[in-house]
Amino acid sequence: MSDDTAGDAPVIPERLPIVDYLQLGDDPHLLANECTNCGARFFDRRNACAKCGKAEFGSARVADDAVLKSFSIVHRAAPGIPVPYVSAIVETGDGTSVRANVVGLDDPMTAELGMSLVFTTYGCGTDDNGTECVAFGYASV
Amino acid sequence: MNDAVWVLGTSMTRFGRYPELDAVDLASRACLDALADGGVTIHDMDVMGAGTLFQAQAGMGQRIQKQIGQTGIPVFNVTNACATGATAIRTVYLAIKAGEAQMGLAVGVEQMGKMGLLRGGAKDEAKVYEPAGRYGAVAPIDGILGTETMPGVFAQAGMGYAYENDGVGFEQFAKVAYKNHLHSTLNPLAQYRKEFSMEEIMGSPVQSYPNTLLMCCPTGDGAAAAVLVSEERLRSLPTEVQKRAVKISASVLTSDPWVESGQVQPDVNTLTRNAAAQAYEAAGVGPEDLDLVELHDCFATAELIHYDNLGLCERGGAGDFIDSGAPFRDGRIPVNVSGGLISKGHPIGATGVANVYEVTTHLRGEAGDRQVEGAKVGLAHVIGLGSACGIHILEKAA
Repeated sequence: MSDDTAGDAPVIPERLPIVDYLQLGDDPHLLANECTNCGARFFDRRNACAKCGKAEFGSARVADDAVLKSFSIVHRAAPGIPVPYVSAIVETGDGTSVRANVVGLDDPMTAELGMSLVFTTYGCGTDDNGTECVAFGYASV
Repeated sequence: MNDAVWVLGTSMTRFGRYPELDAVDLASRACLDALADGGVTIHDMDVMGAGTLFQAQAGMGQRIQKQIGQTGIPVFNVTNACATGATAIRTVYLAIKAGEAQMGLAVGVEQMGKMGLLRGGAKDEAKVYEPAGRYGAVAPIDGILGTETMPGVFAQAGMGYAYENDGVGFEQFAKVAYKNHLHSTLNPLAQYRKEFSMEEIMGSPVQSYPNTLLMCCPTGDGAAAAVLVSEERLRSLPTEVQKRAVKISASVLTSDPWVESGQVQPDVNTLTRNAAAQAYEAAGVGPEDLDLVELHDCFATAELIHYDNLGLCERGGAGDFIDSGAPFRDGRIPVNVSGGLISKGHPIGATGVANVYEVTTHLRGEAGDRQVEGAKVGLAHVIGLGSACGIHILEKAA
């Protein structure tokens, strides 16, 4: 085997974010596409802004602090999904709505509308190459 | 261009499960019955709108024609999530309104069987993570980044309302289901016809809190159809036919405008509010004029917030509204006297035609044991996630 072909071996990452708007590293956070005209934020790519129709976007870090605006305690889900869990709609300190789980509650029934939360990350699986999938959620403060 | 459009005939199959039939059979039965109800035949139809969600690519309208009559008229096969049936009606309505048709047939149908939980994906096992899709997801996110299941999404819609308004909680949501199960005992076309106590409803297995099993609509099979006619053509028909016709005072379809939270939680409120405002304006009536409402109670949490969205109660007052008994059959504004989606059933494509059937039947005074006495004006509402909202306001013939 030559050195040239050895250099083509795929690099297997140690960790991958579950979605691409989750930024890992030393300071994990969410990164949104933000319309440069009206400030609307989107977690997926948009061809143009759904609010104002302009087509230029920048990146915006989403605040870590959040308030629980709505939730459901899910007891019935597709096979393989551990239940119960708390599905949440949170509003971050900079006014961005995010959907994620509330994590770290001993009893899901202790979730309360209006409770203060903070962004966190955790490993949620490992693939056949040993790469860890990293998810995010919100924990009670 | 035509002026008013009327419902000339209408019908629905009982909702339930029909393993011995297919969707074409169910839709054909509803169509033939609606045509007979209006005293017309497929040969009188100028246009057809056919709605189904799960068989949207099957050419449903043409397949029905092969069972009830192939006359060569234009068919519009439509799909619009849970607003599919309302969209079929509106398609025919528009054709008549535009003057391109004088009479048309709208049908909605679905065969779901025991489909179970809608949406939400199973977790993959053996795999290699590869980013895919618009979010670059390396794994299914349902259950990790919140819920994608319908009971959960609509639970969150209701809990969002509870966050913003006082007097709304588990008990108020449960009362909605109590009412609709109670109503369904009087409807021979309902999938389920059993009364449940509040204790039974609140104690049934939790699906997505606060929605328990008895607060969720079932899946099922069924079809509904309506024959629509122009005012001009109606006046050429026998007097006894004209007397049973019901006027469509408003036909509205909206989609969801941008809201900040819409990308993470479908906004079922704004498009319903917009549709209601347009419908009341077009019909020249207000919510205080309504004698009955059939609204989209796919889950108990959904019905409660639509009291507010449709203006049936004061802003923020949906909890007090259900607590007051107003939406019960003997209350101030009866809501879902059919039993609603929760108990009558929700074969998705049929739902937006079936609620027009229900309102029409009451306005004709032909609703039997569940009749809302003296009903003159009624509203039918559906909403499909994605989102689409259809509202029809119907009025009894003068």
